[in-house]
Amino acid sequence: MGNPQMVMYEEEFNQIQHVVDRLVKDANARVVFIVDKNGQLIAAGGDAENVDTTSLASLTAGNIAATGGMAKLLKENEFATQFHEGEKANIHIQLVGNRVILVVIFDAKSSLGLVRLRVRKASDDLNAIFEKLLKKVQEPGADSPFAEITDEDIDNLFND
Amino acid sequence: MSFVNYMAREINCKVVYYGPGLCGKTTNLQYIYERASPESKGKMISLATETDRTLFFDFLPLSLGEIRGFKTRFHLYTVPGQVFYDASRKLILKGADAVVFVADSQEARLEANLESMDNLKQNLLENNLDLDKGLPFVIQYNKRDLPDVTSVEELHKLLNPNDVPEHEAVARTGLGVFDTLKSVAKLIVAELKKQQTV
Repeated sequence: MGNPQMVMYEEEFNQIQHVVDRLVKDANARVVFIVDKNGQLIAAGGDAENVDTTSLASLTAGNIAATGGMAKLLKENEFATQFHEGEKANIHIQLVGNRVILVVIFDAKSSLGLVRLRVRKASDDLNAIFEKLLKKVQEPGADSPFAEITDEDIDNLFND
Repeated sequence: MSFVNYMAREINCKVVYYGPGLCGKTTNLQYIYERASPESKGKMISLATETDRTLFFDFLPLSLGEIRGFKTRFHLYTVPGQVFYDASRKLILKGADAVVFVADSQEARLEANLESMDNLKQNLLENNLDLDKGLPFVIQYNKRDLPDVTSVEELHKLLNPNDVPEHEAVARTGLGVFDTLKSVAKLIVAELKKQQTV
């Protein structure tokens, strides 16, 4: 199959979480989260417990996919930034390195200008981390717990 | 493209339900949503038109058991079946780990099934995915309770030349819905194992 697997290790996860937590503070954001382009949530920070991040992740990815489709029709590469303004909550969506999506939810305590500024710095940091992660995943010889999966393991998935 | 998170000890996979308009893709997800235990499911999202036709996708996150100490989380998506939503279908197939093709067994829909299957193959190729190259794939023959249905033998001959797992179903009552899901989940895990041992 054409698609390589996305893998997340502890070291990179901690670095990503650090960037997310710092962005929450620096941008005065309510929630910050990172999603891959397929809608899988990678990390979240801020008041993430009070929002349905799983649903938001899949909708964000759908949104980016649809916008990407429009870009293609207009012979644009991507529309890397989106902003949705609500009465109380606003969402800033930024495509990072054409690989992951950085989402910032903020209210009147912050401003679009501040969020934009902080997102730019965070994007650079995230890009570097994901570059490194990608290289690591492509290195041969990484141990995998899945090579040993047995038929019994698979059957046990449904023991409920 | 499955997402293995060593930190959270989770495997995340994407399953796409495909098929012609009104074949029962959304009904499959609705039944799973109704019957899954509250702790194993997230919210189901349907982006539908005012007449309840799928406009972009339905989404249902579902946790199954653990495997080798990793929680398995399946993200189930449906595509809009209507022919003119092809651009959206293509987007949703991106990064799929498996596809379930829901066929409408009614004789009158035979042509629509064949057309949708061709469309699936085409859209998969555009996403660098290929049914002939081991992408986990399961076929469901839905609406077996209706009169004037094509025989399973005939459907098998027309839609399933590679002899992938197939299930008869009545998604409205739930018959065959979980069998289909289990079958595709098993194929995904088996594929995960294969990828790791290469």
